[in-house]
Amino acid sequence: MQLPLLLEQLLNGLQLGVMLFLMAAGLTLIFGVMGLINLAHGSLYMIGAFACASVAAATGSFWIGLAASLAAAAAAGALLEMLVIRRLYARDHLDQVLATFALILILSEGTRWLFGSFPLYLDIPPLLQGAVPLPGGGQYQLYRLAIIGVGVLVAVGLYWLIARTRLGMRIRAGESDREMIGALGVDISSLYTIVFALGAALAGFAGALVGALQSVQVGMGEPVLILAFVVIVIGGIGSIKGALVGAILVGVVDTMGRFLLPQILALMLPAAQAGMAGAALASMLIYIVMALILALRPRGLFSAEA
Amino acid sequence: MSLLGVTRLETFYGASQALFGVTLEVGEGEVVALMGRNGMGKTTTIRSILGLERPRTGTVSFGGQPISGMRPHRIARLGIGLVPEGRRCFPNLTVLENLLAAARPGDWTVTRIVELFPRLGERRGQYANTLSGGEQQMLAIGRALMTNPRLLVLDEATEGLAPVIRQDIWAAIRTLKGRGQSILVVDKTLSELLPVADRCFVLEKGATVFSGPPAALTAELQDRYLGV
Repeated sequence: MQLPLLLEQLLNGLQLGVMLFLMAAGLTLIFGVMGLINLAHGSLYMIGAFACASVAAATGSFWIGLAASLAAAAAAGALLEMLVIRRLYARDHLDQVLATFALILILSEGTRWLFGSFPLYLDIPPLLQGAVPLPGGGQYQLYRLAIIGVGVLVAVGLYWLIARTRLGMRIRAGESDREMIGALGVDISSLYTIVFALGAALAGFAGALVGALQSVQVGMGEPVLILAFVVIVIGGIGSIKGALVGAILVGVVDTMGRFLLPQILALMLPAAQAGMAGAALASMLIYIVMALILALRPRGLFSAEA
Repeated sequence: MSLLGVTRLETFYGASQALFGVTLEVGEGEVVALMGRNGMGKTTTIRSILGLERPRTGTVSFGGQPISGMRPHRIARLGIGLVPEGRRCFPNLTVLENLLAAARPGDWTVTRIVELFPRLGERRGQYANTLSGGEQQMLAIGRALMTNPRLLVLDEATEGLAPVIRQDIWAAIRTLKGRGQSILVVDKTLSELLPVADRCFVLEKGATVFSGPPAALTAELQDRYLGV
């Protein structure tokens, strides 16, 4: 097997991992701080992608589209939190799942009504078109590399926000004792709105970035949402560090599994069977990894619980 | 004029009534003791003052302004600093972060808190869950002072602590009193509490049954309302 191909797949895995991190970071913060299971997180991803694609089409600039995706997703997140989500904090998880599932349906239909059922297309900005050479002779898409870079920057920024700022202290304090932080004079409602909008903005940003790699369409968020849930369960709910490690793990394991498993099985089985069995196994692989990790560490790799 | 005024407060937990008319008052610069046996409604009174429970009837005013029905963070921002029963430091924050998370500008700064409790300075970068009980209590007091409250509320601040640490806490309370800090204290150690208090209120079965200076709380009254 050639090194460049392996390296390319590894980078693809990293890129998927970084996208998943952008989704999972918000999801894990929202679950960790507010105790809310937000199934509609995938819809915020979709909103970001649609905002970016439509604004980029109207203005001709991907970058304005990207800014619009952040603004639209954050605004949608803040609005959803104030209108619907804040009524769910005191409810049990079943009610939360039901209500946020309803939000998926409403937001998907709303988007279909607004944009129609044909997918939108978003071009990679000229600045990031082209490829860079890989060691060993391959080529790799510059845009995907840029996504990896941006994801690392966001991870650093988020770490700084949570670990070093007053807002981050309050978020962590709210995770451990929300009544107490309120009794000390911190407005929990607006803290929650900020956290939700922040998570929404990250999801929307992820949607916009991915929008240039695949078509922007209704329902694009839900497959990513499922993976993001796997990520936060593996990483430990409420932990940003866990979300980062879990996302990279899931991204790389999923991508490498799809690439390597059929080849490994081909050493033992006839080619056609190896292909089928390999593909089937590969799509289960991240769930097998999740089950293994949960068996060893039931609270995930980096549980936020003190 | 009184800083905190509580009149005929009645609070329910669901259908069961916990407070049946609590009345108390804290003047500017006063140290007021709130006393009573376990389960008589001291903590419920404090939670009702801070808006953590919603009283059904009665009024709470702070600085001349009615505060009943306000949300807890609004009440706290008017200038009430709570040191809750059980300390409730944020375990996943460092000592310094615990002090800073809810701090509001004023005379109290991290430097002055460390002067009051030098041990917190030594533990500055440690997570609160690695502190001893006494250090956590100091941290909870420091955290409340960092909001620069007009009234400090101490709920069982010496409970379950080693005698040496209790002395440190009482010394700190006396220092605060010396600086003119208004304090509402709930505590069971009468020998320490009575000398420092300017006024006492005693609760029995959710109602105020005694109010007056510590000297008026005779041995017979102590035995009737506070004895085990």
